[in-house]
Amino acid sequence: MNAKERLSNYINFNFLFILAVLYMAPLFIVFMNSFKGRFFIADTPFAPPNPVTFVGMKNYISGIEKTGFIEAFGYSLFITVFSVAAIVFFTSMTAWCLTRVKSKISSFLFYLMVFSMIVPFQMVMFTMSKMANVMHLDNPVGIIVLYLGYGAGLSVFIFSGFIKSIPREIEEAATMDGCNPIQTFFLIVFPILRPICITVAILNTMWIWNDYLLPYLVIGSNYKTIPIAVQYLQGGYGSRDMGAMMAMLVLAIIPIVIFYLSSQQYIIKGVVAGAVKG
Amino acid sequence: MQKMPKKYYAFFILPTVVAFIISFLIPFIFGIYLSFTEFTTVTNSQWVGWENYIRAFTDDKTFINAAIFTIKFAVVSVVLINLFAFSLALLLTQKIRGTNIFRTVFFMPNLIGGIILGYIWQLIINGVLINFGVDITFSAVYGFWGLVILMNWQMVGYMMIIYIAGIQNISTELIEAAKIDGANSWDILKSITVPLVMPAVTICTFLTVTNSFKLFDQNLSLTAGAPARTSSMLALDIYNTFYGRNGYEGVGQAKAVMFFLFVAAIVLLQLRISRTREIES
Repeated sequence: MNAKERLSNYINFNFLFILAVLYMAPLFIVFMNSFKGRFFIADTPFAPPNPVTFVGMKNYISGIEKTGFIEAFGYSLFITVFSVAAIVFFTSMTAWCLTRVKSKISSFLFYLMVFSMIVPFQMVMFTMSKMANVMHLDNPVGIIVLYLGYGAGLSVFIFSGFIKSIPREIEEAATMDGCNPIQTFFLIVFPILRPICITVAILNTMWIWNDYLLPYLVIGSNYKTIPIAVQYLQGGYGSRDMGAMMAMLVLAIIPIVIFYLSSQQYIIKGVVAGAVKG
Repeated sequence: MQKMPKKYYAFFILPTVVAFIISFLIPFIFGIYLSFTEFTTVTNSQWVGWENYIRAFTDDKTFINAAIFTIKFAVVSVVLINLFAFSLALLLTQKIRGTNIFRTVFFMPNLIGGIILGYIWQLIINGVLINFGVDITFSAVYGFWGLVILMNWQMVGYMMIIYIAGIQNISTELIEAAKIDGANSWDILKSITVPLVMPAVTICTFLTVTNSFKLFDQNLSLTAGAPARTSSMLALDIYNTFYGRNGYEGVGQAKAVMFFLFVAAIVLLQLRISRTREIES
């Protein structure tokens, strides 16, 4: 490395460092404001807490009470975990079957599901929530069915792209050895799908954990997930409790940061793989 | 396995297909039907033909305004996001210390939900604007640039990761050979890096365009369309038409159908462009 390269690397590093600090600044500012009194936030968000404005954990306590954050966290976790599990389990089965069994029904269903990917949610928001109502799916268990159906398009598409690259001979050998299709899938194919299962799980986790409008319309009046709880604080414009809002934003971000830092490699790989397929 | 006994076939596809029919297919078909009716619930709908589609444009100007706002927003954010993401990817593929940490930092906002992102940026932007005696709901111009900043913060890291993967796929031998032939770094960027990451450009453009058009959560929490619905994008305008006024459900549904056709047309156009480009190369 010559002197010129070293200089440009030094400049680049410092530039990136400043940019990274700026990038994280919004999160830090929210965190800082979560410890300030509710009337000291909107006007002076960049001022650090001082003895006059500091209120300790008061915002967290009032925010948790107002929004029922603990329950919201529970509902978000329950819905996300079980919906993602259902999506990975059922759509991998479906994708394998539709990819391997060549028939008119298979390709019709496949293209119908891929088509559903480009339909914006507003198109079905009213009819889907009515449907959920009629079929008694408007509860944290029933909503799993909705996520499975609405998430099927992307997941079947990603699985199917991967399954095409698996040589058929492996499955044919299993059939010769007397495996029925269920055994072939669960004993032979599913273990091979493991890396792509992680991709599908991560993409769907990011979607469902952060999803607002679907759960709001379907179960929002009885069960609040985290995004619904945060939006609920908004209330009428101007009257909301900024302190509680800041505290809830912090509480909403913490699980995401933990999830991200603990499985960062998988997340980045999964997102790239999903993007290239999508 | 070209054939499978029917009972196994049903076992594999039925759970997904039933869920798909309940949550997508029936709602979708009913949605198209309801756009031609006047209704407050599904059971009391009355056929009115194209009236809802006409009213979407004639009753007020919000739909047209939202469409213009959305298109402007999509163009500006797609250009800026891809420009920033590509520049960052170029920097982060140099031999610099700590590139992994930088990647981690820049990607993180992408995981935060739209509602939460909106409130974070509302705080920051209002904190700056208060020095000028206004806030983000003062004019749609503030709302527009607020959303652009927010989207950049959220999406640049994501696109950067895709560009980095594209740049790392370029063989170092090619670049070494170019250097031996006397190419400077600008020549290398122009004649090797950019042409070879075109597939990544296609993917990133596709993702940013569709995400920009369908944006809803961020729009709802950052400005909620204020002032007077002038900073509403299409998705939010449809939502407000639907749930904001009695007697406008049909109009909202008709807007949703047009929104769907609009998004579908853009997706098909992009697929066609990327196909022809792939064939050319």
